[in-house]
Amino acid sequence: MSLDDAFKDPFFRDESFFGKYTYKNSPAAIKRFPFPFPEDDYMYSVNMEPHVSGRPGSVFEHAFDVDEHYVSEMRDRARVLADDPLRCQSLPHMTLAGWDLLELIMESFARDYPQWFELHKDGNKWHWINRPLGIDDKFTFLDESTLPYGPMEYITRQAQGDFTLQDQREDNLWIEAGMVTSQADWSLDFDIGMSFHEWHAPVPLAGKMGVFDRALKFLLQLQHGAPVRRFNWTMTVDPLLDTSPENYHKWGPSKTTLSAENIGQRQHLRVELQTLFRLPRSNAIAFPIRCYLISFEDLVSQPKWARRLHRVIKNLPDELATYKGFIRNRPLMIEYLSQFDDGAPTSPGWWADE
Amino acid sequence: MSGASKIPAIVTEVVEVNSLIKRFRFVREDGGPMPGFSGGSHTVVEMEDDGRRRLNAYSLMSDPADRSGYEISVRRDDGGRGGSMFMHARVKPGMRMQISQPVNLFGLDLRAKKHLMIAGGIGITPFIAQMAQLDGLGGRFELHYAARDRELGAYMNELSARYGERVHRYYDTEGQAIDLPTLLKGQPLGTHLYVCGPKGMINWVLSTAQKQGWPKGALHSEEFLAPPVGEAFQVDLALSGVTVNVGATQSMLEAIEAAGIDAPYLCRGGACGQCECKVREAEGELLHYDHWLSDEQKEARSHIMPCVSRFKGSRLVIEL
Repeated sequence: MSLDDAFKDPFFRDESFFGKYTYKNSPAAIKRFPFPFPEDDYMYSVNMEPHVSGRPGSVFEHAFDVDEHYVSEMRDRARVLADDPLRCQSLPHMTLAGWDLLELIMESFARDYPQWFELHKDGNKWHWINRPLGIDDKFTFLDESTLPYGPMEYITRQAQGDFTLQDQREDNLWIEAGMVTSQADWSLDFDIGMSFHEWHAPVPLAGKMGVFDRALKFLLQLQHGAPVRRFNWTMTVDPLLDTSPENYHKWGPSKTTLSAENIGQRQHLRVELQTLFRLPRSNAIAFPIRCYLISFEDLVSQPKWARRLHRVIKNLPDELATYKGFIRNRPLMIEYLSQFDDGAPTSPGWWADE
Repeated sequence: MSGASKIPAIVTEVVEVNSLIKRFRFVREDGGPMPGFSGGSHTVVEMEDDGRRRLNAYSLMSDPADRSGYEISVRRDDGGRGGSMFMHARVKPGMRMQISQPVNLFGLDLRAKKHLMIAGGIGITPFIAQMAQLDGLGGRFELHYAARDRELGAYMNELSARYGERVHRYYDTEGQAIDLPTLLKGQPLGTHLYVCGPKGMINWVLSTAQKQGWPKGALHSEEFLAPPVGEAFQVDLALSGVTVNVGATQSMLEAIEAAGIDAPYLCRGGACGQCECKVREAEGELLHYDHWLSDEQKEARSHIMPCVSRFKGSRLVIEL
């Protein structure tokens, strides 16, 4: 069914993540933005915590956050996939994990957002209704021939954020399926089939600190029914979801066009809420990577975040600023943010001050 | 305890399968569906045995597609520490028990072109769930199942009826044995080998396969260790500031839990690594019984697994 038929709920913004970049956060979305720094400085850590239902209205309220950008993000995903179908791949043995993911997302959406999504089951005969995207499909669970795409592709065309599926064997995790169109400069097509340490090899410093050994050990024991979450972050010029290596030639040069005049509108803090779920039938691990973007201008409307981001960026090791791709513009960022840092202490935790 | 919430369950069926084995069926107390699971998973069953809490892991043997309940089979071990005795003597239909979310340490490798399964005795149980799952997915499998005699060969007839020539049966008392070297030589490329049964059988199967050049990644085994009985000892928990007395038929983990300390665990059988503890001081001998620690770690006397391992000596201090 075409997206043009979508039922209209004014909650969902009509905006673009390319070209004229009409993406913007509403005042409510700014307030609930997942600001990722609990302290005034930042260093790598495993920093995982149980992914349990959090503060009402926050991005932690539900297992999967559906926000005002949902419909436009799904349209952006369809656009990226049309240009490059290899952004979605699933090795043959990962189909069962795809069904697990489909079930997890459908059950969560229908439970947490009944005004938008419905799931009806009669044994393996399932009926799925997605009102915002105008989808109404009947299919047979575990029978691929009854869906227009494979199960992972079908459901991740309807869920914000990137998704990877990791098979577990030989005491390791293997990235063997994924839907990746809103990534911070990494490529599924390049990484698919890699083991945990292989796909993390480009990350500086953390390997030496033993972060990946500990993280892998932790994840191998991840239990069904006990998902976990962590944050990651980087910087992006303009609200572009698809900052992929495949398209670096299109977006990379934008970093050279930043100035003191436009940095407030164009520089965005990019936050990933990463969650990890053990999947029941396949014993694979689902790794949703949900991307949130906020312009510096909107971010500094929260005085605590403005002060803290200034301190974090100023004190970050060069290796990290280089790896995250903003070493070139760091002086400009610090200059801009310093206007909003009066040196006052910040309150603990990441929530905005009331 | 770790992570996931427990599942409050009711025992709905207790079936005497033969003179040593009983089968138990659990449904959720709230009437809802059980979580789906992958073939090869186990659940940890909590038993309240006259004030003594026992937690034993048992493989799930029901069809993973059936979310109405879970089934396990328990072989009575008359010389054991009492968990299986409790299940046999005390657990009746209608009883409420807590079970854990499923955990899989013996998963199928779904890349396999064929799954070759070798079971000894009660080691059949994870395969029953795996075969049901593979049958639903259209996977290719073959089972070789050895038991002492016809009476103790639990589920043999049912499995033959269900899967026909894919099931091969062997009875020790009738002089039948798996011709393993020939069996392994005849497998197509891309076959994965799974074995579950007594320790001797696992070692025999794995070493034969290794000698024939099977890749390590294609070999899978599961052996649940019951915590061994031993001599009583004392352990100091450095972080909790508590000294715990471990009884002869108690595991160190059980004694720690009985002292009110919330220690991490998953399999309670020395396989998963969850309960690994650093050793601060050990004046005496660490008796390692687990499959988890590396030989280097054991030699360095740096870690211990409280779920199965023990100590003999004057002073043991661990980081817990």
